[in-house]
Amino acid sequence: MDILITGLLLGGTYTLIAMGLNLQYGVARIMNLANGEMLVAGAFAAFWTYTAGQVSPILAILFVAPLAFVANWLIYRILLMPLIRRAKNQGQLEVDSILATFGMGFAFVGIMIATFGADYFSYDYLGQGVLIIGNTFALNRIVAFAAAVFICGLLYAWLYWSRPGTAVRAVAVNPQAAGLVGINVRKISALAFALGGSLTAVGGSLISTFLTLDASIGVLFTMKALIIVIMGGVGDVRGVIVAALILGLAETTVATLIDPGLTLAAAYFIFILVLLFRPQGLFGRPTS
Amino acid sequence: MKRRTALKIAAATLVASSLAIGTAQAGDTVKIGAVAPKTGPLAGGSTVTHWPNIKLWVHQVNARGGLKLKSGQKKIELIEYDDQTNPGVHIKAAQRLATQDKVDFIIAPYGTGFNLASAPIYAKHGYPQIAVSAISDKIPELTKRYPGIFFTLGSTTDFAGSVAKILAKMKADGKMGGRVAMVNVADAFGIELAETARPIFEKAGLEIVYDKSYPLGTQDLSPIMKGVKAAKPDAFVAWSYPPDTFGLTKQAVTQNLDVKAYYTAVATCFPAFSKVFGKAANGILGAGGVDPTTPEMMAYRKAHKEVTGKVADYWASANTYASLQILEQAIEGVGEADRKKVTQYIKDNTFKTIMGDIKFENQVSYKYWTVGQWQDGVFYGVDSRNMPNAKSVNLKTGWK
Repeated sequence: MDILITGLLLGGTYTLIAMGLNLQYGVARIMNLANGEMLVAGAFAAFWTYTAGQVSPILAILFVAPLAFVANWLIYRILLMPLIRRAKNQGQLEVDSILATFGMGFAFVGIMIATFGADYFSYDYLGQGVLIIGNTFALNRIVAFAAAVFICGLLYAWLYWSRPGTAVRAVAVNPQAAGLVGINVRKISALAFALGGSLTAVGGSLISTFLTLDASIGVLFTMKALIIVIMGGVGDVRGVIVAALILGLAETTVATLIDPGLTLAAAYFIFILVLLFRPQGLFGRPTS
Repeated sequence: MKRRTALKIAAATLVASSLAIGTAQAGDTVKIGAVAPKTGPLAGGSTVTHWPNIKLWVHQVNARGGLKLKSGQKKIELIEYDDQTNPGVHIKAAQRLATQDKVDFIIAPYGTGFNLASAPIYAKHGYPQIAVSAISDKIPELTKRYPGIFFTLGSTTDFAGSVAKILAKMKADGKMGGRVAMVNVADAFGIELAETARPIFEKAGLEIVYDKSYPLGTQDLSPIMKGVKAAKPDAFVAWSYPPDTFGLTKQAVTQNLDVKAYYTAVATCFPAFSKVFGKAANGILGAGGVDPTTPEMMAYRKAHKEVTGKVADYWASANTYASLQILEQAIEGVGEADRKKVTQYIKDNTFKTIMGDIKFENQVSYKYWTVGQWQDGVFYGVDSRNMPNAKSVNLKTGWK
């Protein structure tokens, strides 16, 4: 039971890390390697508002989300548009965007170091334990998990029951065909990219309540997000959630029952299994 | 397109030539190079312990007119490179400092691995390397192989030994039992310390009831803390790095880990640690420590705050600054920027530093703090080698 809850909580954290990248890659076809940096930026924002103004990180999300949305929309329009115009096919766009966002990641790290310094930042928020069925769990992790559930639910509802959401899914499935039925693919892609960035930053704000971060730690999160997105199947919200939960449960089980030193090995082992037997991801469609 | 390329080249040459003029004009200085992480995993540590002290030292030396040499006073010209916490990049940057920038001296790197990896380069070019953040049991072999390397922060045996000593004493005094839970980060530093600690702890009559490692960058440490709690230890020891020092302690607070002694290694001494944990930090033991009550140390901490805007950490900051004082006094003692003579001078003389008088025996200084403890917002040294004024150790009493 303890393993189950701890694993679910960790899975929630992983969902927050990976959901944004899933939208960005699945819909806008931008393999955003600067994803982790956006997460750290969101975490920085929460840290800053908390230490400077005693504003709760949960409230900070209210301004982190729109800010990150605008910032990511601008990144897409200004920095990535030239690549999209130039790309002859999807493969080229993916390669170009990997290179471009890889470089952007470095630039973001530099900007964050220049503005905030390279120190570790950490604060204590809702660190007290909560008793659930005889075991203690940190309240901030439960809050992050609840937020992850809420965000995923909202996203799912939006994607499946609203017009723009349906358009986003259409672009994810086939950009050419989506264009043919009158969907403005570029606009939808920009929307998805901005939304993805915004989700990542919000995730960062929530994660900062229990993890200690520094300006250059983003790449660690990018790696985790990549694994989860690829495992779950590109462009599918359900896939990300399932993959994140599997990873969280597996890591916790291994850490509790076998050895904490083997958590990474367990994560990669599952990743390899998925790649071997379902290369398109758990919920992915086979590529033609 | 062609024209644009031409323009770019023109601009590049312009910038390059103006740089060349810049350095040519600054010929009347002592050039000192520094390579350390400004980005990457170790940047969080080096921006607390390493870079601010270099800034402070250069500021102070230049403010008093520069280094006093036979040919008159010369200001320090500092050349900094970021090694991105990558040994390959570090070695390239050090090579560049030696051959292209032709610096007179290089400040020793940050981090044990970096000091060892770059030692051959510094030795090849004859730079004295007063290593601070380098804790190893290989010191005797290294000093034999590299005549210009100096160690100032101690060995793994010292650090593990001090922890064992404190715990064993608490047990002997009847303050707690001998059950110890030990965890370590699965990285060269953590592994070496854990391996050194196991036999030392056993010899000291302590029983290790939980002994696990975790990978660097683990995002959820709660399974570990739960395992520790289930083992019902009297004391908890973690050979940890900064993110996990914070992470483990957050979990210990959440789980309300009931131990009489709680130790985490690197970053426990950071001012940020007490800021995050407040009263819960009280009684936590960690690597390092200082005696903040000596006049020299008080003046140093005040200047550090004024010049860099940051509070100095309660451990290696002071050692780092002391190593720069040694370099400064050695250069002035020789009176010229001659690396060979300066190296010899460091071996032969005693230096007045903020940590007291330091003299090297076989290139090692045996004056350093090994364990400190948070007591009412200050991280006091509680065990050391040859440092006076150690505070007595308090029991950890809860997390409130």
